Amino acid sequence: MAQTQGAYYVPHGSHWPIVGSFGLLGAVGGAGLWLNEVMVGKPIMAVGIGLLVVMLFGWFGSVIRESLAGYYNKQVDVSFRMGMIWFIFSEVMFFAAFFGALFYARTFSVPWLGGEGHGALTNFYLWPQYSAAWPTNGPQDIGGAFSTMSPWGIPLLNTLLLLSSGVTITIAHHALRTGHRARLLVFLALTVILGAVFLGFQVHEYAEAYEHFNLTLGSGIYGSTFFMLTGFHGLHVTLGAIMLTVMWARCAKGHFTRDNHFAFEAVAWYWHFVDVVWLGLFLFVYVL
Amino acid sequence: MAAVNPAIHDTHHDGHAGHDDKPHGFLHRWLFTTNHKDIGTLYLVFSLTMFFIGGSFAMLIRAELFQPGLQLLQPETFNELTTMHALIMIFGAIMPAFVGLGNWMIPMQIGAPDMALPRMNNWSFWILPFAFLLLIGEIFMPGGGPQGGWTMYPPLSLEGGFNVAFMIFAIHLMGISSIMGAINIIATILNMRAPGMDLLKMPVFVWSWLITAFLLIAVMPVLAGAVTMLLTDKYFGTSFFHAAGGGDPVMYQHIFWFFGHPEVYIMILPAFGIISEIIPTFSRKPIFGYQAMVYAIASIAFLSFIVWAHHMFTVGMPLGGELFFMYATMLIAIPTGVKVFNWLSTMWQGSLTFETPMLFAIAFVILFTIGGFSGVMCAIVPADYQYQDTYFVVAHFHYVLVTGAAFAIMAAAYYWLPKWSGNMYSEKWGKIHFWSSTISVNVLFFPQHFVGLAGMPRRIPDYNVAFADFNMISSIGGFWFGASQLIFVGVIIHCVYFSRQRATAQVWEGAHGLEWTVPSPAPFHTFSTPPVITNDMLAHGDVSH
Repeated sequence: MAQTQGAYYVPHGSHWPIVGSFGLLGAVGGAGLWLNEVMVGKPIMAVGIGLLVVMLFGWFGSVIRESLAGYYNKQVDVSFRMGMIWFIFSEVMFFAAFFGALFYARTFSVPWLGGEGHGALTNFYLWPQYSAAWPTNGPQDIGGAFSTMSPWGIPLLNTLLLLSSGVTITIAHHALRTGHRARLLVFLALTVILGAVFLGFQVHEYAEAYEHFNLTLGSGIYGSTFFMLTGFHGLHVTLGAIMLTVMWARCAKGHFTRDNHFAFEAVAWYWHFVDVVWLGLFLFVYVL
Repeated sequence: MAAVNPAIHDTHHDGHAGHDDKPHGFLHRWLFTTNHKDIGTLYLVFSLTMFFIGGSFAMLIRAELFQPGLQLLQPETFNELTTMHALIMIFGAIMPAFVGLGNWMIPMQIGAPDMALPRMNNWSFWILPFAFLLLIGEIFMPGGGPQGGWTMYPPLSLEGGFNVAFMIFAIHLMGISSIMGAINIIATILNMRAPGMDLLKMPVFVWSWLITAFLLIAVMPVLAGAVTMLLTDKYFGTSFFHAAGGGDPVMYQHIFWFFGHPEVYIMILPAFGIISEIIPTFSRKPIFGYQAMVYAIASIAFLSFIVWAHHMFTVGMPLGGELFFMYATMLIAIPTGVKVFNWLSTMWQGSLTFETPMLFAIAFVILFTIGGFSGVMCAIVPADYQYQDTYFVVAHFHYVLVTGAAFAIMAAAYYWLPKWSGNMYSEKWGKIHFWSSTISVNVLFFPQHFVGLAGMPRRIPDYNVAFADFNMISSIGGFWFGASQLIFVGVIIHCVYFSRQRATAQVWEGAHGLEWTVPSPAPFHTFSTPPVITNDMLAHGDVSH
């Protein structure tokens, strides 16, 4: 693990982190004001997010320049890989919190509200007319009657789309490793397109849910878990697709070599992670 | 260990010979820094600042509780102070102090030039001041700061005004900072060790941080998820924690404590590591049962994931759940006992001397164990029905967090200050600080066991006159303890700026480990080339193979 010889690489100072901190402050400070109906929050948030975007371009830009200049050694590469792996693990745990909420509601809180176990008296005194079922918007019918999406329409299609995108990015990766540039660019573009189509279907599904099914974020616990899980997943697909697009541009510019293309691999890992989360969603949110 | 390091690439100079000088100018030195020592210093200074802000809130709380009745504060202000005191001390004082110590010491202890991801290291720190700007700024917003306790239980915590959104966003920022810091520490330990520094030769402090970092990455995102659900419940109409919509306020408690219990160990495992460095040094013996110490930390970390509901025994859980969490919690006493006995065995027949770090370490072993025992008492379900939300619990977790975590941080500060600054601190004033703190902290917290057992509830500004005497004693101890910490600041300032007594490289006669092989103060870039490690340079670890 530890190297036996050779020089270490320690990067010089950078102003990007502090720019990012101001960006974060603007983004969440503005959002906080906005949520509290102080309307100046909106532009503050926009400036903050803008700063974050500038920071990302600037920071990654300097890393790319240093990498192309050949400053990075094997050890730096391993550090980057570990950073990405543990970042993805933290994302997994973030989704785990929402999956946990879904499982808890379905296994415990909804049956208890329906009078199971020690919830008998709660049910008897508060909501005797309520019997536990899933999907539900709770004993007080929060958000009004709604119906749910069939898993075998758009969600199944979306599953197939994401799974295929997992295949296309793998083909692109192999093309990169074997030096087939044209194939790399085609299959990477195909991956982005599959991701974009997935997102398009997701938007369509949301519109459908709001307009025709009366299934909204406010539809009790079902609506909450449905939209928060699929919504955060959709956000991650969006980020992943943006990163893939950047990778496409970098591939086109010839930034990567057969042996040195960690950024591509990191994005591929991230894309597979997003894929796996979707499989969990498809199973537990739509099918079961 | 040459101070000049031609091997370090510096992109400002096109990869040619690097300059060893610190960057010039305040902004470059502190705002743009990628140096683990400077970032460690930033963390430690930030932590000390927060310790005094959070501490001043505690002084106000103790002033109000000096006598029964309402004297100084409105109940809302009192609730605000208890909430902010906890958030500031946990996220602003204790955690950043450990990250600062890790930043300073881990690269030096494993023979690395710096952290694995130095720029991200900078960002991890520089998010924190902004997070606390948001958090503390809430006090001045309409409706004041959060008043629902640091655990933010809904529905109460959602009753706040402006503060709800800002508190949640501040926690998001702290989470981002902690996760990046933890990723950096894991990458550093796994990827930057010098040749010969096998995993089972690492100092226990490094081990404790490796495991703590794993805990941080595993649970900070869960907290982020929990507070995000609070945010959408308040502002976007979701029903995660509304029974009327099929959710459950108790669900919040489960998710929160799934974060919260590992969080407790995040605040104590690095302390175990520190104590495991200090006791062998001043006992002039290798640590007893090195591998057992490592495995004990790992076991405690594993168990921390399956005990969370012991924070909520009175909430109305099925009996099976209560029993499971009771027994799982009690299991933690086993690896913790291993650690305590190993510290004692390390001291057994050693040539002990009692410099300030050692005094704090010994006080840690005794007082943390008291906190551990009261923890086992709280783990017993039927007994906990009596203790829940009383001052007994307050006494319990202040024994583990103040005389545990905070004492370990102070021990570490005294232990490594000569290495950081190149000067010796005043042993006389260090000892005065120690005795003053140790006596006062017991005057402060020990009586709280009694009022708690007698039924005094926590987080209430007024109390039954029956508790008056003990509360007055407790408040006197509190003011005394608070004032004692001014001595600490004085000792640090004196040591860094005024002390004439230079520290040697080894500093302490019995000290072993890589950090003691470099000059004091440690050069700006410690190891330009990987050091060749011999067994006598190791702090401990299995020298036999």
